Amino acid sequence: MERFVYADNSATTPIIKSVIDEMLPFLEVKFGNPSSLYSIGREAKRAVECARERVAACIGANPAEIFFTSGGSESDNWAIKEMAYYQMKKGKNHIITSNIEHHAVLHCVQTLAKRGFDVTYIKVNQNGIVDPIDVENAITDKTALVSIMYANNEIGTIQPVDDIGRICRARNVPFHTDAVQAVGHIKIDLSKQNIDMLSLSAHKFHGPKGVGALYVRKGIRINSFIDGGAQERGKRAGTENTAGIIAMAAAIEHACKDIESKSQKITDMRNRIISELLKIEKSRLNGDLDKRLPGNINMCFEGVEGESLILKLDMEGICASSGSACTSGSLDPSHVLLAIGLPHEIAHGSLRLSLSELNNQEDADYIIEKVPKVVSELRKMSPLWEKIKKGEKYYGV
Amino acid sequence: MAYSEKVMDHFANPRNVGEIEDADAVGEVGNPKCGDIMKMYLKIDNNIITDVKFKTFGCGAAIATSSMATELVKGKTIEEALKVTNKAVMEALDGLPPVKVHCSVLAEEAIKAAISDYYQKNGINPEPIVGKVGSCCHEDAPCPCSMDK
Ligand SMILES: Cc1ncc(COP(=O)(O)O)c(C=O)c1O
Repeated sequence: MERFVYADNSATTPIIKSVIDEMLPFLEVKFGNPSSLYSIGREAKRAVECARERVAACIGANPAEIFFTSGGSESDNWAIKEMAYYQMKKGKNHIITSNIEHHAVLHCVQTLAKRGFDVTYIKVNQNGIVDPIDVENAITDKTALVSIMYANNEIGTIQPVDDIGRICRARNVPFHTDAVQAVGHIKIDLSKQNIDMLSLSAHKFHGPKGVGALYVRKGIRINSFIDGGAQERGKRAGTENTAGIIAMAAAIEHACKDIESKSQKITDMRNRIISELLKIEKSRLNGDLDKRLPGNINMCFEGVEGESLILKLDMEGICASSGSACTSGSLDPSHVLLAIGLPHEIAHGSLRLSLSELNNQEDADYIIEKVPKVVSELRKMSPLWEKIKKGEKYYGV
Repeated sequence: MAYSEKVMDHFANPRNVGEIEDADAVGEVGNPKCGDIMKMYLKIDNNIITDVKFKTFGCGAAIATSSMATELVKGKTIEEALKVTNKAVMEALDGLPPVKVHCSVLAEEAIKAAISDYYQKNGINPEPIVGKVGSCCHEDAPCPCSMDK
């Protein structure tokens, strides 16, 4: 192994040193319960409220609109289920979402479908983008909620959430967006966007795992999520994850500082890798090239299977992921790759590389060197590759 | 999901990869739609498998089970090779994660498909001896390859 390259930042990210430095005192010295009256309790409380202001400031929200949670999945569950149940009392039982959502959203909606909700899944186009007109056409007077992700975790496509938000606002339907992959990577300003609820998660922007937030716009009514103590204004009980919350604030501040220039740098590196890897025969880029997260690369290589590609890259020191059936733990390849119209046979051969500000040009060079090598090794032992090269049809009818 | 060291070894250094130009028998099983295909080539001399090679499109377990299957049949008589079960392949690899058991089934089927081909080429009906060789082994779960059947 000549080098270690972590290129799976959409899965999770390492915590940066300055963030660890800020969180450590709250584990050891300032460990008090924020609800306690004595000094270290008050200090913890102050730090949590300060963190709320810092998180809010980074996304153009008011501190009172930020509720701390245990991460993206919890924020999605809270926003979707509790909004749905709240709206059900008003006779609204229809939910609109897309067919490329993360399982944290899809499975919530499936649960609601079992409990009597009607669900419309908006289909993305072949570039992996939702058409806002489709959302508009799907809204009825029974619509309780629209939930469309800000950016997709597999193919990195950025959805037209501003347009969707405008439509929802005009029709008076609450709009939630899962922005777990977007926050800290692209500029978000909720004071200018018609977004009613937004989920975010710290470990996707160099903060710790198990902490996140749900933004709920002032004036939006939603049920509380966890019953118990009075934390998070009585809506989400439980002693605060003080160190985690403070770390999230430090991480989001770091991520949002100079976000435009940082993301441009990552985008340039990404585009260089994409154009080099597209030189591999029978390869394709999945998802729109322009409306795309800075660090996301998702490609298919015909004739190879994703899991073996990941294992081989791991042997070279590169951490990446795939949407193949074998890596999804089911027999079907990723629903996102199928949603953009890829046949199963091609979707099995997908590779996702996701970069962060911690990657450098040497990492990019190493990826550009190793991916073609590994693809070619696997193709050499693939019985499909001979057929593909000869132009024989190996899938479909 | 974790693979045993043996599986990783056979994945990283697969034995008997390739093709045999003048093979006496060739068997192919699997379906690209499911994400795994195995092709096995046999050289048979005097009822003995003197050489064997494989090509596989599939996950780590698919490659490792193919590799192990070739090791298990090399030098064996046809009758002995037919007795190599998916369990034997799995045991030789120190086990497989539950979701990967079908890969070992595929490896067993690949051997059988190749031997069927051998019988056929020699004017013998393979079915009474080898049985039916399926191309999909996802019997325990819904499989994309059966969706359009
Ligand atoms: C788009 C999206 N939503 C939700 C989640 C879940 O977030 P968490 O791991 O913080 O629960 C993830 C992360 O895997 C994600 O990528």
